[in-house]
Amino acid sequence: MDRMNLSAMLRDMLLARAFEEAAAEEYSRGNISGFLHLYPGEEAVAVGVLHAAEPGDYIISTYREHVHALVRGIPARQIMAELFGKKPGICGGMGGSMHLFDSTRRFLGGYAIVGETFPIALGAAYAITYRHLPEAVICFFGDGAVNQGTFHESLNMASLWKLPILFVCENNRYQIGTEIHRHSAVVEVYKRACAYAIPAEKVDGMDVLAVHDAARHALESIRSGDGPQLLELETYRYRGHSMADPGSYRPGSELLAYQAHDPIATAIQLSQSPYPSLEDIRSAGPDCLDQLTDHCSNNELLDEETLTRMKQEVQKIVEDALAFAQASEEPGMQDAWDAFLCNRRFETLMKSPT
Amino acid sequence: MKEMLYWQALNQALDAEMAADETVFILGEDVGLFGGTYRVTEGLMAKYGEWRVRDTPISENSFTGLGIGAAMLGLRPVVEIMTLNFALLAMDALVNMAAKIPFMSGGQFSMPLTLRMPGGVAKQLGAQHSQRLESILMNVPGLRIVVPATPQDAYWQLRQAIRSNDPVVVLEHELLYFTQGRVDEGAMAPAIHQAVTRRSGEHLTCIAYSRMVQLALQAAETLAKENISMDVIDLRSLSPIDWDTCAHSLEKTHHCLIVEEDCRFAGAGAEIAATLQERCFFLLDAPIQRLGGLDLPTPFNRNLESASIPRTEDILTAARQLVNPG
Repeated sequence: MDRMNLSAMLRDMLLARAFEEAAAEEYSRGNISGFLHLYPGEEAVAVGVLHAAEPGDYIISTYREHVHALVRGIPARQIMAELFGKKPGICGGMGGSMHLFDSTRRFLGGYAIVGETFPIALGAAYAITYRHLPEAVICFFGDGAVNQGTFHESLNMASLWKLPILFVCENNRYQIGTEIHRHSAVVEVYKRACAYAIPAEKVDGMDVLAVHDAARHALESIRSGDGPQLLELETYRYRGHSMADPGSYRPGSELLAYQAHDPIATAIQLSQSPYPSLEDIRSAGPDCLDQLTDHCSNNELLDEETLTRMKQEVQKIVEDALAFAQASEEPGMQDAWDAFLCNRRFETLMKSPT
Repeated sequence: MKEMLYWQALNQALDAEMAADETVFILGEDVGLFGGTYRVTEGLMAKYGEWRVRDTPISENSFTGLGIGAAMLGLRPVVEIMTLNFALLAMDALVNMAAKIPFMSGGQFSMPLTLRMPGGVAKQLGAQHSQRLESILMNVPGLRIVVPATPQDAYWQLRQAIRSNDPVVVLEHELLYFTQGRVDEGAMAPAIHQAVTRRSGEHLTCIAYSRMVQLALQAAETLAKENISMDVIDLRSLSPIDWDTCAHSLEKTHHCLIVEEDCRFAGAGAEIAATLQERCFFLLDAPIQRLGGLDLPTPFNRNLESASIPRTEDILTAARQLVNPG
């Protein structure tokens, strides 16, 4: 981990937080409607994992996926415009908050039925293996999804055929309003993977470096053909399930406890202390020499000034995205038909008898 | 031109597409080593290997979803659901994913997925294995549905389905697998969703699909002896429906009888009747008649089973009544 990467991760986390808070505000103003599921508190998960992804990897996410899309590189403008349902949105206003897709960035979508990300990941990974490519699929899901049949069906097939999938459980301990001890007989999600002979690990999902490290190692092994792995990342969402949910079923002390370990504050703290330590570098693996070199050449600490500049920068990106979304045109019904019929454009479906 | 059975025609179609395009692969329960419950995939695993003919666990929702994910990456999966009754377990994959992903993505992803499902009332398989689900699937925008009634159509419509960039459901009838017919592998096939006139007549139009086409043709033969000539249209496709072919026939006959094996209430026939009366009301000399299955789970008892869906004599009665009321 060099300082450049660390700083890039911190910037993405700040951008994620600013983007989501802006979306919440626009929702309150009535500019965004429908379901809006926000990510504050969980940033270290998406940022840590996706900074370990290669451009050739595929990403599949849930309905709480704005940040995954942002970190994957979809411009904030196009995501915000999609949240507004506007024509220049990443899906032309046909998908919305819960259904962001970007084929060029290999972002295979946000899915709004819990448990759907597993079979999509299975198919993408099947195609990768079918073509003998050194790529991986990253499949995000929440703790609520592990009681769906698709979780078990898909883990079985992924392991059976050694498919290149990193299953990433964003364990925020709540399936909407039901706490994990009330919805799961086994609350440690990673333990379930052993039923399918899939290596799995539990990691502190509030610590972006720990997440990044775990994801990077797992992905390297997955891309080299060792089969699927599962990461359980313990995290917490500061807000309710969606904007329609005040989250009143959760004790206030719980939120405060997690906020005390805010992933962004943690990342800032990490950036402000000399990192990584020599021990960290030595234990990091074969390329520790490179890391040491980088570390030496980037030995300056992140100062307050840089942090303030970074915060201003992301705020500007978000404000620009908002202005863009507001000013953008609405799609017309013809755009909907074009999206719907896109695949039959060159096909003769029927020919009337003369 | 060869004589072959319906299942053999499907087998030949799969073989031809797999040979022509290495992105085509098959998956489903017992499609590989076993060769398919109705022999449709026989010999293909030996020829193409297990990555192209994949035996799956019994996990309909997830292996159908696997096909969807693979299709998003440009492969052309042919998913076999052992019987369409099990497709109910894959409805999330079919309805929420296959049918919607191309649209929700604003047209960024195509969905070159083919789903083959044997179904219909066969021989005393009981209520859970005798279903027809076409009307459920017809109500899902984004799915295309073909219903081949002959080996020739089975061959070409399956090939066309595999080449399509939309998800296409191929509903195969279990009692048709061992029917024989001529298959012309070289002939220019009609477009995938085009309806065809199987027999020309002047007094009434019988619109049917899948196995009911056979029954309609048998009825037409008998009716001809009574000087009633019946136009028999084989729809071949239930989504979209070739309305023009139906309307042209009604211009000539002014009487319409729809025959479907599915339950009559809110079945495919209801949609066909509603649309044709909107479009052809002033051409009609009598209300459109529908003959369908009873709104009843299929009984196991042989006599009751056979009486629960249209028989040739039911078509005869309905046709006579329509042309000569009173």
